[in-house]
Amino acid sequence: MSDLFFSNVPVSLADDLEKQASVKDAQPVLFAIVAAPERPVITCFGIRASDGRLQKATWVKGSITAFRDDGDAIVLGERAAEFLKAEPGQKLELGQQSYPVAGIVRTENGFEDGGVFMPLRCAQKAFHKEGVASIVSVAMNPGHETGEVKEWMKANHPKFSALENEEFSKSYSQFKILKTTAWVVGGCAFLLGGLSVTNTMILSVFSRIRELAIVRVSGFSKGQVARMIFGESLVVSFIGMIAGLVLSAAGLRLLKLVPQLQGYIDPSLGLTEILGALLLAVVTALLGALYPAWYAVRLKPADALRYE
Amino acid sequence: MSEMISVEDVWKSFDRGRIEVLKGVNLSIARGEVLALCGTSGCGKSTLLHVIGGLEPPDRGVVRIDGGAPSGEAERLELLRRGVGFVFQLHHLVAGLTLEENCLVPAVATGLSRSAARARVRELAEATGIAGRLDRRVRELSGGERQRGSLVRALLNDPPILLADEPTGALDETNRERVFELLLDLARSQGKTLIIATHDLDLARRCDRVVRMRDGKVVEDGV
Ligand SMILES: Nc1ncnc2c1ncn2[C@@H]1O[C@H](COP(=O)(O)OP(=O)(O)OP(=O)(O)O)[C@@H](O)[C@H]1O
Ligand SMILES: [Mg+2]
Repeated sequence: MSDLFFSNVPVSLADDLEKQASVKDAQPVLFAIVAAPERPVITCFGIRASDGRLQKATWVKGSITAFRDDGDAIVLGERAAEFLKAEPGQKLELGQQSYPVAGIVRTENGFEDGGVFMPLRCAQKAFHKEGVASIVSVAMNPGHETGEVKEWMKANHPKFSALENEEFSKSYSQFKILKTTAWVVGGCAFLLGGLSVTNTMILSVFSRIRELAIVRVSGFSKGQVARMIFGESLVVSFIGMIAGLVLSAAGLRLLKLVPQLQGYIDPSLGLTEILGALLLAVVTALLGALYPAWYAVRLKPADALRYE
Repeated sequence: MSEMISVEDVWKSFDRGRIEVLKGVNLSIARGEVLALCGTSGCGKSTLLHVIGGLEPPDRGVVRIDGGAPSGEAERLELLRRGVGFVFQLHHLVAGLTLEENCLVPAVATGLSRSAARARVRELAEATGIAGRLDRRVRELSGGERQRGSLVRALLNDPPILLADEPTGALDETNRERVFELLLDLARSQGKTLIIATHDLDLARRCDRVVRMRDGKVVEDGV
């Protein structure tokens, strides 16, 4: 499974799995992204009525009886209902279709709470995935090891991977994408930061060529001049780091207020982040000062002071 | 009197030999002598001062300072730190610093303790009449005050030689007179060997000795 939303598992696999003695329950789930009015991205879970997600959920409004495998009534996560402003009895437009809202549930999982539950068959039709699901979630019978299912899968369906909950969320590539994105954005920020430190230092050096020259005339060695510039660069990027941390702390506070992101991210600034920022600041400072320092050291004071 | 500076057949060109500036300069300057270096623009006065002070190496010939000929980076650095003090036409004070901080720059180079350096600045600032302005930023100072500041900076490490390249060239008439007078007084009272490159013949005449250059050579040497 490289990507949850592109993964295809035949629904028949769920039925086969359920026949295994070790398996208590096997539920196919189809993940999809749909657009609602004013909400371009909502996660949609195509599931069966027997799925524990709905069975165990707290029903805020409506009841499970309205969610039928052969119907088209959908159930909303509590938060999804909130931002879609939908009530049971109304019809909700998702993608090309409109569906009656059967109920609203509260779930433990923030991801699901912001999503829409749709009868599996109905979802398969809407997303052109007849007969398939994205995953099959398996509950074990007491006294049985997950290893048994893994073995069985390896023997009979080597194309698919069987993962435990933890492994699953790790390989959950949507989160991977988020993480990768964070790293890419971070990398760009680092580059930009490096460039702006370099830029600041180049401006600082170029605008003070005479001052650097007079410092040399006063007996500063090349090493002393280089140290001066690296030191200044450290100060510049340290100030930048403080500003960055303050801004990101503020930004994270704001992120915490965005309901859609609850459950997805853990917006916190820990010691690791701060130490990381410090390290990056130092690296940025040193790299950024490299060229300016080289330039300042090579500067011939006699030339710099000669002309007006 | 003992010899302080000895320039022996010094040649210097720029642009890989295309621009010949000094063409065999010979000059002997005694300790404590105050010498005016005159000549038309472009004859090589500034270049000669730079070569004497160790800012530029000569292509050919030697410059002896107090008997030794500094060669190599370390000796050149030592010459700049404790051997000579430069004063230029423009003060070249660092804009963001106070006058005192500017004057302390050479002390940072030599690693002189802060308290000793500050005492030295105060002493020199009193001698030059800017003691009351030490805490000012450069932009708050008049042209004359700035140039006095650069004089304090040049003298901070107590070098035996002062090299002044048109030190009054950017000043108005009153300040020119005052700063020049101050420079001569300080040099004479502290026994410095002073070379002043200048266009101003009236000022030059007040020095012990006037050397005239033309086209990269010494053409007239009158005591
Ligand atoms: N780094 C350099 N590269 C090329 N040419 C140079 C350089 N330094 C000096 N020159 C040239 O050498 C000549 C002598 O310059 P120098 O500054 O020594 O003259 P000067 O006697 O001090 O003139 P002025 O009275 O105008 O200050 C000038 O023609 C100048 O253009
Ligand atoms: Mg000149």
